[in-house]
Amino acid sequence: MSGFDKVVTSYEEAMAGLEDNMTVIAGGFGLCGIPENLIKEIKRRGTKGLTVASNNAGVDGAGLGLLLEDKQIKKMIASYVGENALFEAQMMSGELEVALTPQGTLAEKMRAGGAGIPAFYTATGYGTPVGEGKEVREFNGKQYILEEALCGDFAIAKAWKADCYGNLVFRKTARNFNPMAITAGKIAVVEVEEIVEVGQLDPDEIHLPGIYVNRLIKGTFEKTIEQRTVRSA
Amino acid sequence: MALTREQLAQRVAQEFQDGYYVNLGIGIPTLAANYIPGGMQVMLQSENGLLGMGPFPLDEEVDPDLINAGKQTVTMIEGASLFSSAESFAMIRGGHVDLTVLGAFEVDCQGNIASYMIPGKLIKGMGGAMDLVAGADNIIVTMTHASKSGQSKLLSECTLPLTGKGCIKRVLTDLALMDIEGGKFILRERAPGVTIEEIVGLTEGALIVPDDVPEMVF
Repeated sequence: MSGFDKVVTSYEEAMAGLEDNMTVIAGGFGLCGIPENLIKEIKRRGTKGLTVASNNAGVDGAGLGLLLEDKQIKKMIASYVGENALFEAQMMSGELEVALTPQGTLAEKMRAGGAGIPAFYTATGYGTPVGEGKEVREFNGKQYILEEALCGDFAIAKAWKADCYGNLVFRKTARNFNPMAITAGKIAVVEVEEIVEVGQLDPDEIHLPGIYVNRLIKGTFEKTIEQRTVRSA
Repeated sequence: MALTREQLAQRVAQEFQDGYYVNLGIGIPTLAANYIPGGMQVMLQSENGLLGMGPFPLDEEVDPDLINAGKQTVTMIEGASLFSSAESFAMIRGGHVDLTVLGAFEVDCQGNIASYMIPGKLIKGMGGAMDLVAGADNIIVTMTHASKSGQSKLLSECTLPLTGKGCIKRVLTDLALMDIEGGKFILRERAPGVTIEEIVGLTEGALIVPDDVPEMVF
């Protein structure tokens, strides 16, 4: 790495500095657009006691589900954790702490974290278990709760294409939480399918500027499909 | 007769209007997309970051990067757009989605909804449901009127943890279409062949029965 060149060539280098008990913010929705090789690297490193914020916790044997196998996650911040038997078992036994967070609030917590906004009011969750213990304030006759921003020691994310400055383009619904996750990480690590020369991406077509990206690596992806639904011709 | 899943979906689709942006929850709400009236343009929003969701793909079109909020592979219609989760929920919370349809375990006559958690049994999470009910003005809840053992799910007060407080104004069950106003359910339509007595008997919350309660027409 030199200057604005963010490219690293090994996953070991990509996740260098990750230590026990850190907070990791992960992009992805289900298994779509997840940083699958960065997750595997965290598994290989055996880092423990992690707090992980991600919309979902993977499934058994894939995605963040891999980190549950060796009990590397201490606390999970997610909106939906179904389809994962190991997760449920560890949650029920109390080994895994879970903060269920509404999907839009989770996205906004990451966005705010990356944008220097410490907290925000939202109507989402008012009067529900999510709102318990949180400040309530009325604006224009409607009740809102105060939600705090979320930042991570690391962000791990996946994009489709990048130039070596870390300017990113996402693909279809694999974008999801990835842009906000990246902005909220002190060290933002992004894996992509293709890295092009600087100047090859149209500046108007860049979804997330490289200023948010610290490390960039080219990977190959399995892209597991959770629910393959088709229609007949 | 209680409505079938297909009839519920058909009745939901009668609420669509030309030019509506609609978010359909998983299950019966999703089926409503099959009954969009001919000649009407409705654009489906999927909260994982897609506006203009199309049908399931042909086998050779399957793309792991293109899924809906239920993690099913889908397609895009012409004129579709793609965006982040933060942008998606800005649309939802900001009230830009014209109609939201989602399921529930319980609804009460204060407009409260419980749909995400059965303590000790089912802990999967709320996904986007809390944002959807808090942000949308025009919501239809689709659900069965009572449990298999005959326990009403239209209550004076929800017993399960809430997904949203005071935000539901319209409920479609397999027996009836009801509005919620001033702390009471108001019976608007009944499923074909279902009597008012049957609906009253299976509605625990306060219920107003107007003089004329027409049967649903399909």
